[in-house]
Amino acid sequence: MIDHILSILIFFPALAAMFGFVVQKDSIRAYGVAVATIEFVLSLWLWFAFDSNVSGMQFMEQLPLVPSFGINYILGVDGISLFIIILAAFFTMIGIASLTDTKNVKNMIITLLFLQMTMVGVFAALDAIVFYVFWELSLVPMVYIIGAWGGPLRVYASIKFFLYTFAGSLVMLVGMLFMAYFYYQATGQWSFAILDWYRLILPESFQLWLFMAFFIGFAIKVPMFPFHTWLPYAHGQAPTIGSVILAAILLKMGTYAFIRFSLPLFPDASVFYMYPIAVIAIIMIIYTAMVAYAQEDVKQVVAYSSVSHMGVIILGTFALNVEGITGSIFLMIAHGVVSGALFLLVGVIYDRRHTKMMNQFGGLAHVMPRYATIFGIMMMASVGMPLTINFVGEFLSLLGFYQQSHILTLLAGIAIIVGAIYMLAAYKKMFFGNVTIEENKNLPDVNKRELVALVPLVVITIWLGVYPKPILEPINNSVESIVQLMHDKSITQEAKSRIPNLIEGVEITRTSAGEAH
Amino acid sequence: MLEPVNVSLESLNLSTLAPMLIPIIGALLILVIDMFKSGLHKTLYVVISLLFLFMDFGALADSAGVFMQNGTVMGVFDVMLIDGLAILSQFIIVVASMLFIPLALTHKRFHEFSYPEFFALFLFMISGFQFMVATDNLILVFVGLETSSLALYTLIAMHNRDKSFEAAVKYFTMGALAAGLFSFGSMVFYALTGSVEINKIATVLAANNYADIGYVLVAVVFLLASFAFKLSLVPFHTWAPDVYEGSSAAMAGYMSIVPKIAAFIVAMRLFEFLIHSGVLWLEVVLYAFVVITMTAANLWALVQTDVKRMLAYSSVSHAGFVMAAILIGTTQSNSALFLYWVLFSFTNLGSFSMLWMSRQKHLPDHQRSDHSYDKFAGMIQTAPVAAVIMALFMLSLAGLPPFALFWGKLYMISSAVTGGYTVLALIMALNSAIAGYYYLKLIVYMFMKEPVVGNDGHVYVANATLSLKTIIGVAAVGTIFAFIAINPILEFITSFVYNSGY
Repeated sequence: MIDHILSILIFFPALAAMFGFVVQKDSIRAYGVAVATIEFVLSLWLWFAFDSNVSGMQFMEQLPLVPSFGINYILGVDGISLFIIILAAFFTMIGIASLTDTKNVKNMIITLLFLQMTMVGVFAALDAIVFYVFWELSLVPMVYIIGAWGGPLRVYASIKFFLYTFAGSLVMLVGMLFMAYFYYQATGQWSFAILDWYRLILPESFQLWLFMAFFIGFAIKVPMFPFHTWLPYAHGQAPTIGSVILAAILLKMGTYAFIRFSLPLFPDASVFYMYPIAVIAIIMIIYTAMVAYAQEDVKQVVAYSSVSHMGVIILGTFALNVEGITGSIFLMIAHGVVSGALFLLVGVIYDRRHTKMMNQFGGLAHVMPRYATIFGIMMMASVGMPLTINFVGEFLSLLGFYQQSHILTLLAGIAIIVGAIYMLAAYKKMFFGNVTIEENKNLPDVNKRELVALVPLVVITIWLGVYPKPILEPINNSVESIVQLMHDKSITQEAKSRIPNLIEGVEITRTSAGEAH
Repeated sequence: MLEPVNVSLESLNLSTLAPMLIPIIGALLILVIDMFKSGLHKTLYVVISLLFLFMDFGALADSAGVFMQNGTVMGVFDVMLIDGLAILSQFIIVVASMLFIPLALTHKRFHEFSYPEFFALFLFMISGFQFMVATDNLILVFVGLETSSLALYTLIAMHNRDKSFEAAVKYFTMGALAAGLFSFGSMVFYALTGSVEINKIATVLAANNYADIGYVLVAVVFLLASFAFKLSLVPFHTWAPDVYEGSSAAMAGYMSIVPKIAAFIVAMRLFEFLIHSGVLWLEVVLYAFVVITMTAANLWALVQTDVKRMLAYSSVSHAGFVMAAILIGTTQSNSALFLYWVLFSFTNLGSFSMLWMSRQKHLPDHQRSDHSYDKFAGMIQTAPVAAVIMALFMLSLAGLPPFALFWGKLYMISSAVTGGYTVLALIMALNSAIAGYYYLKLIVYMFMKEPVVGNDGHVYVANATLSLKTIIGVAAVGTIFAFIAINPILEFITSFVYNSGY
């Protein structure tokens, strides 16, 4: 069974969702929690069985799908994708568990289970077309969640979300077809397998074009400035659960795809575009942080801060060295936990007051002390306080990029201070001072169901902030092999020098052996 | 005195005619039955038509077997040409017809199906299409085209509504014009080369190295215009939405598939050798046709308020998309054309059948047209299964993986990439994104809006009978599980296309 654990992880929620139509409406929540818990346990088992000393793919599965056109159903995980899969399973579980009373709760839970299938599929796929299938399919449940349970502008937000992402990924599809065609030209065989593509060394001019094609697809998903405009709408209109999943998992698809596709396939283009992308990332960090400061809606604050942190992830990824990429992957997980938790927290107050405007609150720390504590911890984590999970990721990302450019890293560091400003200001407006509004005086503190979701997140935030090694080590191993691959594949001198060679020792002995002869 | 002509019967290879003669015999049989006893129920005629279509299918499978062994077969004074293209397209024609004819068994009674002539004409039309694709003789193409078109005009008019007459007359006028253009173009080719057979025209033109390029262009212009009418390429598409709106939804779905594949085959035979011989002008014009048809039809589809008109424009756009295959003209692109059309016929017939199932006899006050978007508002609450199936067809048409049409789009765009048409590949991809909007619009209405007051969901299945549900079920299963069947279909198609020399 462990050989097919990835297929099980992908299709178990889908199958369960199908059976979910039979379950009676009042029992559907328990059913959803049960399915998601099983899925989470399975994902933990995957972690347990995962050999963290191996840097390559594990639990590979392969089935021919359209062999005459080189499309195969190939799955596999390495240290990069493993933890995002676990994160996806975890967030679906606590998302369903903490689901407040919604209309059509049955449709919601079935949709969430389908969404989980697509999320796990994206991170487990090792064939570009299978990846694309899940990537696109993940839009449908999300569009439905935003469009059917969202706020007043929900239809506009969901269509904008769909069209933006759909258009971007079609350009990416053309890029994939080009890759397959180049592979065909090189070997005489069609293949969409990513591991096959890794062996292909492309001339720099092709790399530059193909990098752009993939970049458009990924950048819209991340979303990178200036393609980020769909995100505030999507977050603003989506129900709590939609925002949580969107921020915690769906956005990670873009940054994950950068590491899975763009870097190893186009090392020279990655170096070529490193500075432009870093500049975009820094604009993204600073600009959205400033926008976040200007928001009056607390959910928008969290949404923009989420974009801002995605900028740090991109910056770490395009440091193109082990520290930066490891840091960015760690930050993906950290950001998933923290921003997911913040959206849940916003949901908690929204359920009580049906408003997200910060001027409607104030002095909540007196009324809801436990809520204020958890919010405080998460806010500190989001700001990047040492000993919280975000700090590790941000520190490593910036450390990685420091080796490429001091000035840009300094700018990004300043942005983190801006992050502290808007977050603390928002916290002050909501929690400190006196309770001025009558309705706020008798708000109930967080209840059991909400604690079930929030406490594990707090625990993870602090645990991984203090002791990140269990996660960092497997990530580090896989990243090392990717960086080495990039170094070996790169053609230009510039790229060779920018991307570190990790087995330098071997090369030195080789040259010394040459001298000896 | 003329010498008596001695032709051995065997050299005529009459068996090549079998697939076309079967539906003709069926049609005549229906007419004979009606002469002996009139007023029989439509189920009888539906089943008879279905039986003959099955026999037709059998005969086709037989000739496919012959093709796999012996390659291309000529027959009847070399007029009939049974190659891979002919067989593949006939398969599509017959299977799509088999899926269409049970749609006559609606719950409500509609005028046209009470006439046995409807079914006779239907079968005549099929044999017309089959003749059209199984020859490279321009005269026989013309005969097949006119037989089928005349039958089709009548079938549309039989839907007995004001708009249907308008549609039939419009289609007839346009069709007559296209026929005139076609015959004129063929005439010029005959004057140039002394032959009406496409392969001989190609040989003669190549032999004198396209000396009379001016006349060739004149002939091509006329033929291109004629096919643009038949394939509803922009700007010759203006009839399409009105005709689709006027005819019944089932008939509209049928029209978006079968006549077009027949026209595509003839276009493929005719234009590809011209493009390959380096008639640059034709390449530019076809490129423009493809891009304009895809894009403009998509933009018009965005602003429609009626689902059927939206689907009509979307069919026009799909035709433009597929026309790219003829422009690219490689084995991969020609295979992509067939793959796309097989998958498209499932999906499109399915979505039109969903409209057909919800066809009302009398419109309520708030509804301005047969299938306005409002009608589908909140469908998920009142008729969840129907809404999910309809959404499925829409997502497939939009090209969302892993549903059927995605694989067609994938292979088609890949053939553009492989053929060196990079910009075209990008335009095709972006057009799919534009198309996503109007397909999504219907989904938004169905899933995210509240139903109109007084709509209890019955309207969506008003016409549902077992046979309609079966057809829709077949289409839905085909749409979802297409990814399993892609490989065998693709291998089959590629070998047939490759062995016919395209």
